[in-house]
Amino acid sequence: MTDQPSPVPRVAFAPNWTARIGWLLLLLYVGYAGSQLGFSAERFSGGLEHGHRFLVRMFPPNFGRWELIAGGILESLQIAVIATFFGILLSLPVGLLAARNLTPAWISWPARGFIALCRSFHPIIVAILFVKAIGFGALAGVMALIVASIGFISKLFAEAIEEISLKQVEAVRATGAGFLGTLIMGVQPQVLPRFIGFATYQLDSNLRNSTMVGIVGGGGIGAALFTAYQRFDFDVVLAILIIIVSLIMIAEIVSGWARRVFQ
Amino acid sequence: MTVADSLHRNWQRFTPLQRISRFGFYLFAVAALVVSLRTIDVIPEFLYDAPDQMVDLVRRMWPPDLSYIGPTIKGLIETLHIATLGTIIAIVMALPFGLLAARNVTPSPPLNLFAKFVFVTSRSINSLVWALLFVAVFGPGPLAGTLAIAFRSIGFTGKLFAEALEESGRGSIEALTASGASRFATLLWGYWPQVRPAFWSIALFRWDINIRESAVLGIVGAGGVGVVLDTALNLLYWDQVAVVLIAIFAVVILAEIVVTVVRSRIL
Repeated sequence: MTDQPSPVPRVAFAPNWTARIGWLLLLLYVGYAGSQLGFSAERFSGGLEHGHRFLVRMFPPNFGRWELIAGGILESLQIAVIATFFGILLSLPVGLLAARNLTPAWISWPARGFIALCRSFHPIIVAILFVKAIGFGALAGVMALIVASIGFISKLFAEAIEEISLKQVEAVRATGAGFLGTLIMGVQPQVLPRFIGFATYQLDSNLRNSTMVGIVGGGGIGAALFTAYQRFDFDVVLAILIIIVSLIMIAEIVSGWARRVFQ
Repeated sequence: MTVADSLHRNWQRFTPLQRISRFGFYLFAVAALVVSLRTIDVIPEFLYDAPDQMVDLVRRMWPPDLSYIGPTIKGLIETLHIATLGTIIAIVMALPFGLLAARNVTPSPPLNLFAKFVFVTSRSINSLVWALLFVAVFGPGPLAGTLAIAFRSIGFTGKLFAEALEESGRGSIEALTASGASRFATLLWGYWPQVRPAFWSIALFRWDINIRESAVLGIVGAGGVGVVLDTALNLLYWDQVAVVLIAIFAVVILAEIVVTVVRSRIL
């Protein structure tokens, strides 16, 4: 890892000193950052001992509180579905406004700035703000994930629109179609398959995050997970984690199927 | 009659199966939405005063408490270290699994599946949960955060790295094998030059994501600027929260610019 030279033309396998120095610098940085963050061998070995006890307490997973878990999972699913729907709904106009080939620059740049703002904060931070603004509960989680969805889908949607062929748009326009008609008949068929791809991907992503917003009070299974963690009920934590992971795997299979349908 | 029949044949864009499965998808989506909307637990009283609360929030945040910049910057530097170190550790751990997952490098379906399972597990568990687990093991602090970032990133980097390996051309690899090169030499001189651009682009992309992710890990005690944010939040010093949020925003934008510039330089 430290000295992997890259081939230089003509001289076979000549040592590449720039790359070697680069790897060395990277290694030095790792050492420096590690010491800055207070990593040490005894901390690590002490942690392994803790980890052993932690794992012992985790097994076997305790599904005894299944009613609580089922309620939380259901709420997480609701949050993910609603946030994805409204996120997509709001992303459509925002993405359209941000596409530079359809809208003039004075509209597209503010729209792009708005998207950047939505994207730059982690959903958890947005959830904290919404919990303050609209109180604890699922609604705060929904709002936070809507913001995250706008940031992600609008950006990809705008890029997809920028890549379309303008010939079809011109053809539709030449038949005398208005702006809306051009969008529906000229733009929509070209971007729909990719759009479904983004939407299902965002649903997966929202599902992952909806299991987390509960940690800061945004509803869903995260609250139960965090409570169990704080009470040191690590066997319940493991049960919840197993359920979350299997839920996400199922969701990935379903969304893979949806993407194939709209290929 | 036959001519008229063929003239009146209807052209249809989709096969019946496609139409049914599309309809099924829409039905499923609408049903899921309606059920969710009808059953979700929303407290309406909270909604009525939401605008007031929003205004209140903004008023408490403004003006930002500039004296809080010191701890914020310290936290941000820690966050940058966590993100960078976490990405490096993730890549080191993801490389062997990436080699195992690539079907052309490791022609063994059980091993491929095993590596894919590792990737899915790593990706399915949110970085905050990884952080919770590592805080329980190593105690609060940046060590837990770095490992959380690293373990969360294995799946992403490993999966993309394996895909890049699978796409690499056979030519130079066959040439190396024919000349009697060892397995390691084939990897180093056959595969590595082919996947190097993809490798760097994956690493940069993940680093960019990790900066965002590591900024919140402090909320569960795993170090970085999140700890600073959490302290301000718990004390309800919203003007300090504003400073932290602005700083995070600036760093995220800066990281994105750095990634764009570096990518166009080295690729």
